[in-house]
Amino acid sequence: MADSLTRDDVTQIAHLARLALSDAEIEGLRTELSAILTHMDALGAVDVDGVEPMTHPVPIEHPLRPDHIEPSLEAEIALAGSHAHTDGCFQVPHIIKTATSATAQEK
Amino acid sequence: MDELIQLSAAEQARRVAARAVSARELTQAYLDRVARVDDHIGAYLTVDGEAALRQADACDAALARGVEPGPLAGVPIALKDLLVTEGLHTTAGSRILEGWIPPYDGTAVARLRQAGAVILGKLNLDEFAMGSSNEHSAYRACKNPWDLERVPGGSSGGSAAAVASFQCAAALGTDTGGSIRQPAALCGVVGLKPTYGRVSRYGVIAFASSLDQVGPMTRTVEDSALLCEVIAGVDPRDATSIPAPVPRYRDALADTGDLSGLRIGLPREYFAADADAAILDAIDRARAVYSQLGAEIIDVSLPHSEHALPTYYLLAPAEASSNLARYDGVRFGARQARPGQSLLDMYRETRGAGFGPEVKRRIMLGTFALRAGYYDAYYLRAQKVRALIARDFARAFERVDLLLSPTTPSVAFRLGEKTRDPLDMYRADIFTLGCNLAGLPGISVPCGLSGDGLPIGMQLLARPLDELRLIRAARAYEREVGAVSEHGVPTQRPPEVAS
Repeated sequence: MADSLTRDDVTQIAHLARLALSDAEIEGLRTELSAILTHMDALGAVDVDGVEPMTHPVPIEHPLRPDHIEPSLEAEIALAGSHAHTDGCFQVPHIIKTATSATAQEK
Repeated sequence: MDELIQLSAAEQARRVAARAVSARELTQAYLDRVARVDDHIGAYLTVDGEAALRQADACDAALARGVEPGPLAGVPIALKDLLVTEGLHTTAGSRILEGWIPPYDGTAVARLRQAGAVILGKLNLDEFAMGSSNEHSAYRACKNPWDLERVPGGSSGGSAAAVASFQCAAALGTDTGGSIRQPAALCGVVGLKPTYGRVSRYGVIAFASSLDQVGPMTRTVEDSALLCEVIAGVDPRDATSIPAPVPRYRDALADTGDLSGLRIGLPREYFAADADAAILDAIDRARAVYSQLGAEIIDVSLPHSEHALPTYYLLAPAEASSNLARYDGVRFGARQARPGQSLLDMYRETRGAGFGPEVKRRIMLGTFALRAGYYDAYYLRAQKVRALIARDFARAFERVDLLLSPTTPSVAFRLGEKTRDPLDMYRADIFTLGCNLAGLPGISVPCGLSGDGLPIGMQLLARPLDELRLIRAARAYEREVGAVSEHGVPTQRPPEVAS
């Protein structure tokens, strides 16, 4: 199933996984993942006709609880571990460019 | 070495409750021990001495007031650093969580505290529990106390090493593909992986959610029974925790002299695999012990065993690639920030800098297996093979009560021996993976030493929720071979570390 992966494959998977990789990492992963996937190909030979996929080790019924409001973490405590927060919100780089944010980002 | 710290956790609890020793004295003895030997071993990532002594003092004060002691009152316990602890640095062995102080306790941790345990600190592990040697810790490698040039196993390597070298009374580990049992075997301690769902996963940093389970790592079977009893049970905060009553596991310890009627299966595929001769010999001796105790030994087959490794190494990374998406620099942990950076670049750069090589490898592998166009051929197919593996176990358990095998194919390997070839490292788990895929309980029990004086572990597996029988059989063996003294001191122990 898995032909050897190309550098482009690895770069594309890294993009999907939101991982910045160096050139050396891309090359290393290309060979390692190709070898690992070749090993995984053995599963292709197993007869799985009519077998239901197993998503979970024990049968689960989705438990429901009464819809009561229970105490949860204070916003300040929940925010305390973050790199940056402001006005009770987590702070991230600008997503929507406004005239001011575009200028700010260009700096 | 202070005799006190060699006692079993159960014996320590008895002495604290009887006020024969104070929790403070006991806690101080372990802190002294850690200060003396851990530079050589590297089992701890964080030691919380001040808080530990405060907890010990609170325990002593409560006892002085006549408060009924909990089952672990005053017993110093350490935790794999995958368990979330309120106010105590938690890293998962990763740079990406460096500096994170969680605002809550995981359920297993909270239950230990409720039972009176003193939390000493956090133990080393492979980053995000991904590894079989503890060499993938982003902080430092942990050494095997039996031979400091060898690995303690992983991923709960710090837990196994700390218990083996008397740096805590007992520890908690987690087991996704063998991460309690494999290091327990390599360090000569007892490691119990409960049934999937038996212990809440709330506050356990997620690796592969359909496989992860918390369990005790101890020097005696009694201690594993005791800790399991404390941490097990349904939890409204984990929808996958099983709403079944928790038996008194310690009841299984009495009267284990006769195992008549117990049927123990030897899965023939596990014995045909490539295991060290010394390990096969040790398991053969264990089999003879069980025969002598009255158990019936039966050959069984688990025909899909050879597929456990590729199945596991597709499913676990796939689940991990999804679980680890939360480490994006927004809500907790490190962030790689620079002026003009886009949100997407912030994610990519934070994750690229924060994750180590093995974690990146598994995220990439999992992302590949879940990718459109490959999903059916890899992820879905692996889920079907998982069903076949689980069916093999269910069929075997129609004929037998327990399965006996080696825990690992080799004794502790040398540091650096398997780090170059990921597949070679993955093979260290061949006997432990099936249990997780099927959701079964398993235990590794020390069963002798190799010619080089390195510990060997035997693995017992049971039907779901049958921890009681597992514990009973493990204790019967331990008693029969005289593995621990009356007060729970192991008769075989690693050489003393020169300090």
